[in-house]
Amino acid sequence: MSAPPPIPASARRAESPHPSSPAPVAGRRRARDTGRPGVLWAVPGLLFFGLFAAAPMVLVAWLSFTSWDGLSAPAWSGTENWSRLWSDPAMHRALRLSLLLTLLSWAFQTPVALLLGVWSAGHQRSRAVLSAVFFLPLLASSVALALVWRSILDPNFGLAADVARWLELGDANVLGSQRGALLAVAFVAAWQFIPFHALLYQGGARQIPRSLYDAASIDGAGTVRQFFAVTLPQLRNTAVTSSVLMVVGSLTYFETVLILTGGGPGSATTIVPYLMYETGFRAFDLGYASAVATSLVVVATGVSLLMVRLTGFGRMRSTREGM
Amino acid sequence: MPFDLHPRLRTPAATLAGAVLLAGTLAACGSGGPSRAQTLEVWTYQDASTHIQAEAVERFNETSDVQLELVEIPGANYQERMRTAMGTPNAPDIFFNWGSGSISDFVQQDMLVDLTDTLAETEELRDAFVPTVLAAAEVDGGVYGVPMRGVQPVILFYNTELFEQVGAEPPTTWEEMTELIEVFQEEDITPVALGGADAWTSLMWLEYLLDRIGGPEVWQRIETGEAEAWGDPAVEAAAQTALDLIDDGAFGSTFLSNAYTNDGVSTYFAQGRAAMHLMGSWEYGSQLANAEEFARERLGYSTFPVFSDGAGDASAIVGNPNNYWSVNSELEGERLDAALEFLKHTTDDDYLSALVTNGDIPGTAGVDDRLDDHPDPEFARFQYDLITEASAFTQSWDQALPNRAATEMMNAVDDLFSGGLTAQEFADTLRGVS
Repeated sequence: MSAPPPIPASARRAESPHPSSPAPVAGRRRARDTGRPGVLWAVPGLLFFGLFAAAPMVLVAWLSFTSWDGLSAPAWSGTENWSRLWSDPAMHRALRLSLLLTLLSWAFQTPVALLLGVWSAGHQRSRAVLSAVFFLPLLASSVALALVWRSILDPNFGLAADVARWLELGDANVLGSQRGALLAVAFVAAWQFIPFHALLYQGGARQIPRSLYDAASIDGAGTVRQFFAVTLPQLRNTAVTSSVLMVVGSLTYFETVLILTGGGPGSATTIVPYLMYETGFRAFDLGYASAVATSLVVVATGVSLLMVRLTGFGRMRSTREGM
Repeated sequence: MPFDLHPRLRTPAATLAGAVLLAGTLAACGSGGPSRAQTLEVWTYQDASTHIQAEAVERFNETSDVQLELVEIPGANYQERMRTAMGTPNAPDIFFNWGSGSISDFVQQDMLVDLTDTLAETEELRDAFVPTVLAAAEVDGGVYGVPMRGVQPVILFYNTELFEQVGAEPPTTWEEMTELIEVFQEEDITPVALGGADAWTSLMWLEYLLDRIGGPEVWQRIETGEAEAWGDPAVEAAAQTALDLIDDGAFGSTFLSNAYTNDGVSTYFAQGRAAMHLMGSWEYGSQLANAEEFARERLGYSTFPVFSDGAGDASAIVGNPNNYWSVNSELEGERLDAALEFLKHTTDDDYLSALVTNGDIPGTAGVDDRLDDHPDPEFARFQYDLITEASAFTQSWDQALPNRAATEMMNAVDDLFSGGLTAQEFADTLRGVS
């Protein structure tokens, strides 16, 4: 038997009714063609990131070493802003409040979002309908939500005033008390973002193979035991993703504070992003505000890297290894 | 084909071309439109009075070669917008401001036209304005603004029905004030409405207390940059008096949650749940709009009480002497002439009538005969007398100080009223504000 004469690849491709026919020569050629996208594909993304994220960040880092009122040219002031930042009681308080808010948010949002997400992972129709309802707060703008909650918490005309009267709690001075205002901010944040995290957990829970539950129930595990022995360990990576987003989100939380409390009463809710805004766009001390902003970038990046490292998320180990 | 790219490169090349085009578009956003050369941009603060400025611009455009374009800036962000635009190609040519502190940084950067000579040489403007009103547009010895809206003194408003109910007159001395606070508390009425969530409403109390206790000179020293003047015993005394009011329950228990900006406090006051409300004269207009019956029948107004051992007298007032038009120093030749011409029209018959009809008292002398056009002539006359007979007119502190000092001061005021600072700590904190 004699082999047919070799046909040029391009000609063969033109003849072939299925471009993806597994001819050996064409196959090699294709892999080189479309396998991995070229660097140029990243240009639009890089351009956007460079223009709107990296460049401003570099600019702000540079501004943090200057004294600038926004009108005249920035004047180099060395590390003055940074040494001021180090010893500024307002910054210390803001940092403490930011960390407290982050902790509160994480501790409150995670269990609620986890339970809601796992519950809504079931395919029952009622659960699907309710999940859609739970998802609604995420669709509204933060500003609108903050305005609504501010009205609800109004001590004279809000729903809070009526509730306080029914429960005989006295005055509904929520936004006027130091602790109440911070809790209110944490609560509104939770109300707004739990749906998003529940969605993450829902997706995670739906990925868990049925067979694990079948095996568990054969071993005699009930619903609760299944949750702790199967669901929770399987959601490990989802929990890390959700937590990192929550922590970074809480550290950079801003609009709700601006509208709900204005950083008050006094400075009870002046968290770092609000302090940055106030220093930059009320006092127009843009050099110092840039130092606050840069430190926020550093802290938020550091915390998220630390979380990824500590949880072993970075090793990209699957929760389903060996299955 | 003359231009045949290798297929592998075709898509990325198109993407790159797109990205370059996009970048070009973005860069183009920075430069102004083509019409800027012929027209002047006039910025005003958007509220119920804006239509008066719109009409003035329209009248001006009918006769002028250089056209004006009015831009209404939403009120809440006006300061930020003005500040961030100045010094850029997007800066306004003529713009609304609050005088002194709100423009002092611009004056230092030579961004505004010194109007001192214009005012002295122009017949229409020379003697038109009440001196205390014009004073707030002065920075470093030059005048940089022309009054263009109403004078807004802070007034002690009260509910006449509640005062009748307890058989009281508006307080003229501090002793009467403290007695009244007790009386109203016994009646289960909040003696004074205060929107403490907006620190500037709390500030009004400190402004009047300092004036009545230490006289207007203390603030004048602070305003002219003497930070040590915050150490004057009157500052601490004023702060302590405010703390005593809070402790005595004068403002009720939820005043820190109350906001003025969402009409919360005004509604509370109009519903008869509080007896007094210290607020700018605009409170009358907003009550008229939101609770007309209350405004017409039960809304009383009075001067702030005096301290028997204090240095201030009952005729001194605090508040906003006016709002002002300032002119960008970038303007030259024909455009500058047109801008200055426009400023002259702030004392026109039409303009002043429109202000009075709108419920404003213009900062010009001799408007007595117009006051009957005011929606409430009696209130107009009260204000007019208050303004023209004032022994001193202290500008709202937050507008008198430059942005940076004002922000630090407002934080201290907020801390004082929310219990974070004692009166002495308040004075000590402010001594660092320059």
